[in-house]
Amino acid sequence: MSHSDSAHSDWKLGDPPIVHHMDSHTAYDAARLGMWLFLATEILLFGGLFAAYLFYHWMYFAEFHHASKSLNWQLGGLNTIVLLFSSYLAVMAVDSVKLGKSEKAYKYLMATIGCGFIFLIIKAFEYHAKYSHGLFPGMDTFNSEAHQVEYKMFFGLYFCMTALHAFHVILGMGLLLWAALKVRAGHFSSKYYTPVEVGALYWHLVDLIWIYLFPLLYLVG
Amino acid sequence: MSHSQTGSTYHSHGALYLKVFWALLALTVITVAVSRVDFGTWNIVVAMVIASIKALMVALIFMHLSHEDKVTWLYAIFPLILMGVLIGLVFLDNPYRVNPDGSWEYPLPKSTEAAPAAHH
Amino acid sequence: MSGQHNSGQGEASTGEPKNYLNWDTSIWGWLTTVDHKRIALMYLFSILIFFFVGGLAALIMRTELMHAGGQFLTPQQYNVMFTLHGALMIFLFVVPGIPATMGNFLLPLMIGAKDVAFPKLNLISYYIYVAGALIACFALMNPLDQWADTGWTFYAPYSIESGGSVVLMTFAAFVLGFSSILTGLNFVVTIHKLRAPGMTWDRLPVFVWATYATAVIQTLATPVVGITLLLLIMERLFGVGVFDPKLGGDPVLYEHFFWFYSHPVVYIMVLPAFGVVGEIIPVFSRKPIFGYKAVVYASIAIAAVGFLVWAHHMFVAGISDYSAIYFSVITFGVAIPTAVKVFNWVSTMYKGSIRFTTPMLYAMGFVFLFMIAGTTGIYLAVLAVDVYYHDTYFVVAHFHYTIQGGAVIGLMAALYFWFPKMTGKMYNDTVGKIAWVFVFVGFNLTFLPQFKLGMMGMPRRYFDYLPEFESLHTVSTYGAFLNAFGYTFALVNLLYAWIFSKRKASENPWESLSLEWKTPSPPPHDNFTEPVIVTEWTYGYGTPVEGGKH
Repeated sequence: MSHSDSAHSDWKLGDPPIVHHMDSHTAYDAARLGMWLFLATEILLFGGLFAAYLFYHWMYFAEFHHASKSLNWQLGGLNTIVLLFSSYLAVMAVDSVKLGKSEKAYKYLMATIGCGFIFLIIKAFEYHAKYSHGLFPGMDTFNSEAHQVEYKMFFGLYFCMTALHAFHVILGMGLLLWAALKVRAGHFSSKYYTPVEVGALYWHLVDLIWIYLFPLLYLVG
Repeated sequence: MSHSQTGSTYHSHGALYLKVFWALLALTVITVAVSRVDFGTWNIVVAMVIASIKALMVALIFMHLSHEDKVTWLYAIFPLILMGVLIGLVFLDNPYRVNPDGSWEYPLPKSTEAAPAAHH
Repeated sequence: MSGQHNSGQGEASTGEPKNYLNWDTSIWGWLTTVDHKRIALMYLFSILIFFFVGGLAALIMRTELMHAGGQFLTPQQYNVMFTLHGALMIFLFVVPGIPATMGNFLLPLMIGAKDVAFPKLNLISYYIYVAGALIACFALMNPLDQWADTGWTFYAPYSIESGGSVVLMTFAAFVLGFSSILTGLNFVVTIHKLRAPGMTWDRLPVFVWATYATAVIQTLATPVVGITLLLLIMERLFGVGVFDPKLGGDPVLYEHFFWFYSHPVVYIMVLPAFGVVGEIIPVFSRKPIFGYKAVVYASIAIAAVGFLVWAHHMFVAGISDYSAIYFSVITFGVAIPTAVKVFNWVSTMYKGSIRFTTPMLYAMGFVFLFMIAGTTGIYLAVLAVDVYYHDTYFVVAHFHYTIQGGAVIGLMAALYFWFPKMTGKMYNDTVGKIAWVFVFVGFNLTFLPQFKLGMMGMPRRYFDYLPEFESLHTVSTYGAFLNAFGYTFALVNLLYAWIFSKRKASENPWESLSLEWKTPSPPPHDNFTEPVIVTEWTYGYGTPVEGGKH
């Protein structure tokens, strides 16, 4: 909501937006600090799950190691590589837009989203495998006495942690898609690319969480 | 070369980012390899240390934390400290619980099923 | 009232100067506003609605408890009432409380900014609050007996097994948590990045420091309760046994996670009130705040140490001895910075030129009530004493002194102090003082007897009790009605003044030196009529200036 008409008349697409309460330099700094703060809250959100996991891992050491063996570490490893690569693509998107190369940035962003899809497909495949073995929380076969409680604890945490993570992958993909469409429409330039940078930061967080999830869940067996 | 939002000229860091990606890949391979060695209770510590090296590289280089100001650093680190407090103090509690008869509460009695259920 | 969009300076069609209230009077303008001042008012009306609903639940309980024996509630309904009272008051009233209302209104003004860092996010935070409130109301669409009956703390395993609408209530709390997180995030960035030239950190008003410390807690503590409540929902819906002993889980782990947030949340509730009091007392003592640096460090210390003390809510839950000793000792520690602040406020008043206006009465009342709150907290921090007092009325009295005597009285003080700035009108101060008497007397009459009840062993959350407790319960109930009348009277006085008062407030009726008083009452849409450059400290009261003294 600007009240300065003269500033409006010089503005063109690709310039930083004019806001009434701060200049564009402050806005850029504020956006980055704001996103880092938001990432801090996400770390604490997942942190609770990690704390619960570490606690029960300590309590049910043998059962957790045993349960972890039934996860497919190759698929988990593949997903790790997919996300690491997607992080590389995301930072290359930011690099491109900083250089004013919007077309390249768009391609990098779409490729990042593509990696997100691959991740989700692999994850869906893993979930389906567990489902067809009756190892999904909420299923009668899961809740029955056939499995030890400690074993079920591992799977309960596995599903909660990976499902919450997958949810954030979807959110990240949405954010990057929005940024990609705007890049393509010319809204960003080497003078203004805050949403791309800030969206990429969010995507990196999704990668960071998986960097910890993979060894904790898949490699303790 | 173009001007970044901060006004200075910007040169591509693509080469650096690619190098970091290869390093992350290598560390992933190491993570898997190391998991095959049995360090007992230290397994998880080793895994977390390697994961943290990867995380640091992503944070510092991909997320440009190395270029950020002190305030951003504070809020990047503070949650980790808080997590440490939560996990640390939970572990000050649970392992040391004592029953009224003086017996240790942990580890919990094993469940009574004979063998773990078959999987796959 | 037409909906035309007028920008810039000028006069509204009624001939009054343009301000944030009258420059665009369309409903759509209000619903889509990104003006922090309007958002503050929307929050204010929303939270006051829940204050009254939660208060009604309290009066229903107190009526039931007036005499021994069942009166008109069944035990199940009583349990529902204390759950509702706690959940509404905490999540929908006191936690948004001063930050969402006064913080939103004042923060940019006090630092010389035109708005918060992310105005659109501010509006989104408000709508997330509304969504959470609607989900909570939706949970109440069931018959009374099916409302959640677990207490606002939702302890496992009962919260997993209970038949009530626990999922909806906890999900409402989860959604409300997001509102809190985003508001906190907004405030932290605002304070770091939008201070006017010359507004250095050492010139910030104590209310801004208090808001900053609060915002840090809001942002960083809330996610932990978010995940805890989410896990509770996963337990109920999918049988993930994280906290359920039957499934190998640990109910005390729930308490650890829950209180990791819920202790810092009490500092979210009370730190802003400390800030309010720190603004009011210097103005009405005509003296600078005593020990500004100490007050600032104390605010930060309270926020920081407040993260480390949570298990003092769990002394009898079965935690280890090492744990209990650690948490007890560090809880003594967190009282120290609070005591420092009390000394600072009292020293500010010492040899000052005191003016007993309504806001000053609330501020002084706060200091008195919070001293009782704080010292009774120390009793509870002593392990051997807490074994006896835990889950008795002693605890109930303690936390009502801190939350009501602290945060709510702080909100009343703030409303009475900044009312002229927010509305451009003055209220009847004498009526305000009379209402204050009802609030103060009613509050103490309600809760002082409860300390004694607790010492006698009266358990909390009990629908009925032995005859020996009855006389104190009766006194407490009378107090509750007096208290409720007082708040109603005090708030209606303000509402009446806003709608009907013809007395215009000047730019600075209290002669305060802080920035929000250097702009018209009510402020214009963009906050300041001239660019802001700060050259002096906010608390130069009593220093000589041209034409006299501040």
